[in-house]
Amino acid sequence: MREKLKVFSNGLLKENPSLRLVLGTCPTLAVTTLAVNGLGMGLAATFVLVCSNIAISALRKVIPDKVRLPAYITVIATFVTVLQMLVKAFVPALDSALGIFLPLIVVNCIILGRAEMFASKHGIVLSALDGLGMGLGFTGTLVVMGSIRELLGAGTLFGVQIMPEAVDPMTFFIMPPGGFFVFGVLMALVIWIEIKTDNRKQRSIGCEGCPSAAICGGTCPEKAQGGEA
Amino acid sequence: MAAKLAMIFFSMILVNNYVLVQFLGICPFLGVSKKLDSAVGMSAAVIFVMALATSVTWPIYTFLLEPNGLAYLQTIVFILVIAVLVQLVEIAMKKYMPPLYKALGVYLPLITTNCAVLGVTISVLDEGYGFVESLVCAVGAGVGFLVAMVLFSGVRKRLEDAQPPKCFEGLPITLVAASITSLSFMGFGGIIENIFAGH
Repeated sequence: MREKLKVFSNGLLKENPSLRLVLGTCPTLAVTTLAVNGLGMGLAATFVLVCSNIAISALRKVIPDKVRLPAYITVIATFVTVLQMLVKAFVPALDSALGIFLPLIVVNCIILGRAEMFASKHGIVLSALDGLGMGLGFTGTLVVMGSIRELLGAGTLFGVQIMPEAVDPMTFFIMPPGGFFVFGVLMALVIWIEIKTDNRKQRSIGCEGCPSAAICGGTCPEKAQGGEA
Repeated sequence: MAAKLAMIFFSMILVNNYVLVQFLGICPFLGVSKKLDSAVGMSAAVIFVMALATSVTWPIYTFLLEPNGLAYLQTIVFILVIAVLVQLVEIAMKKYMPPLYKALGVYLPLITTNCAVLGVTISVLDEGYGFVESLVCAVGAGVGFLVAMVLFSGVRKRLEDAQPPKCFEGLPITLVAASITSLSFMGFGGIIENIFAGH
């Protein structure tokens, strides 16, 4: 039971996929102009993550090692297609808000990364919990980012007016540059808290799940950061 | 026609830049932009695969999936087509064009999971472009990726000597720099429509 709890909570904070493992950056930046979009994207990715982790864990002894990546991609693409149909049918507003980033969940590094790093080595229950933890950690980050950007950029939160009307919203924050900026500052904040609380450990970044790992050879900024600590 | 194609091409580079404005392909943008030569190599491979993938997926969707009511298979078919295509290109390049393989080979496997490639094949269909327009759009998106990578590798060079606060070191300051680079691209908004509006 303890192990299960540990696996589940791992993704929430300790190995938060967006802020700690730096995976799935594209949707993190692109859809968080509104808090509700971040929530929708996070839950959509969580659905695919849990389903694909379960399926890949169940099939892990059947899939030959040599063709495992194409097999994983096929499994993930199937669940994304299912998700696309469900969202189109039941939440059409979310479908138009997320646009191209809904089918692009297929190439989200978090999902392929968890399949490769966790689900292919662990049992079904643990893999499902890992998927749920990672997915909710991702959702949490997206909601926080979406809230900050929506509050500063539009003066609202989940569509409700929060800032006084007299305060001009800073449109910068809902424009693309604002996405990069808020993400950078948020990441710096996490590091700052770590430095203050003095539990800055070697950052385990997801080089296994990062598509650039083969060429960057561990020289990417995240890795360099871990080396210094 | 030519004016429309030019408009698509240049707006993909400046106004709708895939990396800096639409947030597609951020992973290689942050991962590979540290050195100029690897940034150019990666971008060349991306341009090549984007054009090739679009020229294959467009006919597949228009002549095979759409008429048979199989449009919902788009995502799964496209990602597999791209994966197979990248493999084929790698094998063919290795055999027939060793110098080119030497230059681009290492970047090819990474491109399968680059969301910009899958993104461009899907978005040209969403836009309702014809075959030639789609191809121009794909090449424009690739060139836009190249421009962003090259510009940003210059910015990264300066960042190496900068001394930000401890908590900003590494990726956070890189993201803030990307924000400023992206802000400069906001200045291009509307420019393409105004240039080509007279024609």
